[in-house]
Amino acid sequence: MLNYDLVVIGGGPAGLAAAVEAKKNGIDSILIIERDRELGGILNQCIHSGFGLHEFKEELAGPEYAQRFIDQVNELGIEYILNTMVIELNKDKEIIALSEDGLINIGAKSIVLAMGCRERTAGAVAMNGYRPAGVYTAGMAQRMMNMEGLMVGKEVVIYGSGDIGLIMARRMTLEGAKVKCVVEISPQSSGLNRNIAQCLNDYDIPLYLSHNINKVHGKEKIEGVTICKVDEKWQPIKGTEQYFSCDTLLLSIGLIPENELTVNAGIEIGEVTNGPKVKSNMETSMEGVFSCGNVLHVHDIVDFVTKESRVAGKNAADYIKGINDSDGKKLFETEAGNGVSYVIPNYVVSGGKDGANLYFRSRKPYKKVEVKVLIGDKVIKTKKMPAMIPSEMVNIPLSPEEIANLNDKIKVEVKEIGK
Amino acid sequence: MYDIIIVGGGVIGCSIARTLSKYDKKIGLIEKNYEICQETTKANSAIVHGGYDCKPGSLKAKMNVKGNSMFPELSKDLDFTFNKIGSLVLAFSEDEMKTVEELYNRGIENKVQGLEIIDAKRVKEIEPKVSDQVVGALYCASAGVVDPFNLTYAMMENAMDNGVELFTETELIGLEKNHDGILVKTNNGDFQTKYVINAAGLYSDKIANMGGDYDFNIIPTKGVYRLFDKKKSDTINTVLFQTPTERGKGVLVTATYDGNTMIGPTSDKIGTVEDTTTESESLAIIDKLGKLSVPDLNPKNTIRVFTGVRAKPNTGDFMIYASKNMEGLVHCGGIESPGLVSAPAIAEYVEEILIENGMDTKKNPNYNPKRKGIVRISELSTEEKSEKIKENPAYGKIICRCETVSEGEIIEAIRRNAGAKTVDGVKRRVRAGMGRCQGGFCGPRVIEILARELNIDPTEVRKDLSGSKIVERHLKK
Repeated sequence: MLNYDLVVIGGGPAGLAAAVEAKKNGIDSILIIERDRELGGILNQCIHSGFGLHEFKEELAGPEYAQRFIDQVNELGIEYILNTMVIELNKDKEIIALSEDGLINIGAKSIVLAMGCRERTAGAVAMNGYRPAGVYTAGMAQRMMNMEGLMVGKEVVIYGSGDIGLIMARRMTLEGAKVKCVVEISPQSSGLNRNIAQCLNDYDIPLYLSHNINKVHGKEKIEGVTICKVDEKWQPIKGTEQYFSCDTLLLSIGLIPENELTVNAGIEIGEVTNGPKVKSNMETSMEGVFSCGNVLHVHDIVDFVTKESRVAGKNAADYIKGINDSDGKKLFETEAGNGVSYVIPNYVVSGGKDGANLYFRSRKPYKKVEVKVLIGDKVIKTKKMPAMIPSEMVNIPLSPEEIANLNDKIKVEVKEIGK
Repeated sequence: MYDIIIVGGGVIGCSIARTLSKYDKKIGLIEKNYEICQETTKANSAIVHGGYDCKPGSLKAKMNVKGNSMFPELSKDLDFTFNKIGSLVLAFSEDEMKTVEELYNRGIENKVQGLEIIDAKRVKEIEPKVSDQVVGALYCASAGVVDPFNLTYAMMENAMDNGVELFTETELIGLEKNHDGILVKTNNGDFQTKYVINAAGLYSDKIANMGGDYDFNIIPTKGVYRLFDKKKSDTINTVLFQTPTERGKGVLVTATYDGNTMIGPTSDKIGTVEDTTTESESLAIIDKLGKLSVPDLNPKNTIRVFTGVRAKPNTGDFMIYASKNMEGLVHCGGIESPGLVSAPAIAEYVEEILIENGMDTKKNPNYNPKRKGIVRISELSTEEKSEKIKENPAYGKIICRCETVSEGEIIEAIRRNAGAKTVDGVKRRVRAGMGRCQGGFCGPRVIEILARELNIDPTEVRKDLSGSKIVERHLKK
């Protein structure tokens, strides 16, 4: 059995940042385990720009952003193994992984879970019609095009307005495909506003909000789709059908954190996020096991992932050194109050030395709001925002002083303050 | 010159091929699709029925009960998954209990093994997730679930090991009686043969017509299914039927051979056997009915919906007989449920018909009834895993994350007899892409491996049927 102080499962942006931070905090025995052929995770297929505005104050492409962390990993001499899949994590923090070199048993003092997420598939939305070739998740098409050099189609319809779908609308247009439209069942997009502008509007690609795909045509290969308008209950409105021919249907209908290892290890999972429940030091319900990135909750920008992962890496390092920020201290739950769908972390450590970074999303779109953070009934922070939409995660940091003497739940709520 | 041409590469045709391969004969199997196992066999409930609901004396009853008794040994010989998990016919009222008793009596008459009428308490012990409304049930210990794909591939692989030839993308277009026997005309050349076995499933009536036989018609009837993620909270242990009513057999909730939960099917008469579409209305029906048996089922955990078409004969029973119009032609038509469990028995029945019709029984000296399945890395012990990877590192390279499927398994699936030629073919053989991400991660890798192994360009790789190419073109190199 191999033994490390820290094992990071996943070599995407979350895992890399956590490993780097742990190293900087004095931990030398670190192993990153990555199942793909290279470090960097999904960023490697995101060849568009727009990454790093918060983190580096410049606009990078996905692989460039990843490379900055890969370089640090190499410079700091952090060990990593590729093409290696962790198949089990047990309660004694022992890991079993598979690779071409065989089965590897690894013991760890501390573990960071950073396995990322996967896309929701066609089965989840059950469209009427056949199940022909030509239907892909947007991320799969993105990998095929940007990493394998294979074009998937000529005439495209995109179902769901998640960010990967919007970016693929632009990407496929640039490669000569005709993107007919993006169909979104909700009255608002689930992607970032900037992606609607830069990926759809700039290329005159129509976005049909409150529309659903009624039917998929074609048996062996997709030939087209019929879309229609839906009412508030998402029921089709008769007479609003429109047909679009296409040889490609991309699905961008949401991401789900990949927590099979986490669940099998018996770690507590949050219902809304589908990720592990964590404390403000990013520790899960299993002592010494931390989590960050999209495996914890789905982020819309990688800069937040990095920020969050540093907290996980630092606290994992502390834990290895015998300091557990959550040990013996009181924990207070966070609560998603009015207008908020969830808050991460799930618990705040009273007197936690690094404070707490609250990440949350609104339930629906708002114009002009006041976001309040309350301890019990006491408002400790307010933030005025011109707008709030579910696709844009909001971050409010709480300083160590602000949580020094916690005595009640921390609640985040949204209040509209009119025009 | 062939001795026997089998038409159709579904579970029936492949079972017949394997059974007849014990004789010293030149046998060919023709399949119109790109691969075998691409029609009714690929989309059904995958249940090894006990045989209590078939009409006593019917061919269905005989084939079902005999077929069921053959499965334990067959699954060992051919190394495919058969889980004898037992089935329950649930009754939710005293009235329905009467039907349960009728089924029990019918089962006894059909000589079904392991039948028992049990009370609600026992039902809940066997299957805690069943609705509290349950009054009692018919328990059938001999029923189970099978991996329908690997059952079929195993039959064909073993048949080919024993000398049977497979011709895919070969569609029958006509049968002509001549002095040597029958001339089988296809889009891929003609085959001269003594015997022709019609195992063409949904098209068996059309093939019968080619031989001048008009004894039955296929009434295309489709069934819609919903397959759930392997979440522990959704797992069930048995096959749950509902008591049949005038409205039909009810919706079943079952474990699959690999531990997913599945509900379905509907039973809708449709215009054509080609119609495998799925409609939200049908899903709503199975959801509602499924909840009567297991209230906790949550459609949110769906990973796939699909539709199969039954080869339902208008005669109500399997149509297995030698043609009176064309000597040497044997029909295996209208094989609807319980066709899957009946397959091995049907194959032996066809063998008897051929012998009655003059086929000599000289044995194949090289016949070996056994076949080894593709190793599943996820099912091996720690030591076995290490050993397998040492032997061949490709078994340590995981391609499908959800189902832990290695590159070694995928290569094996492609290189075998009747090997995978498509992404779905790989999926059905080794489960890559069968899991919760449905190929989102492994899809591009599987395409790459298929292209490499088959020595074709990625643009030639198909999802499933002949017209289902995936890649449009290469981007700039």
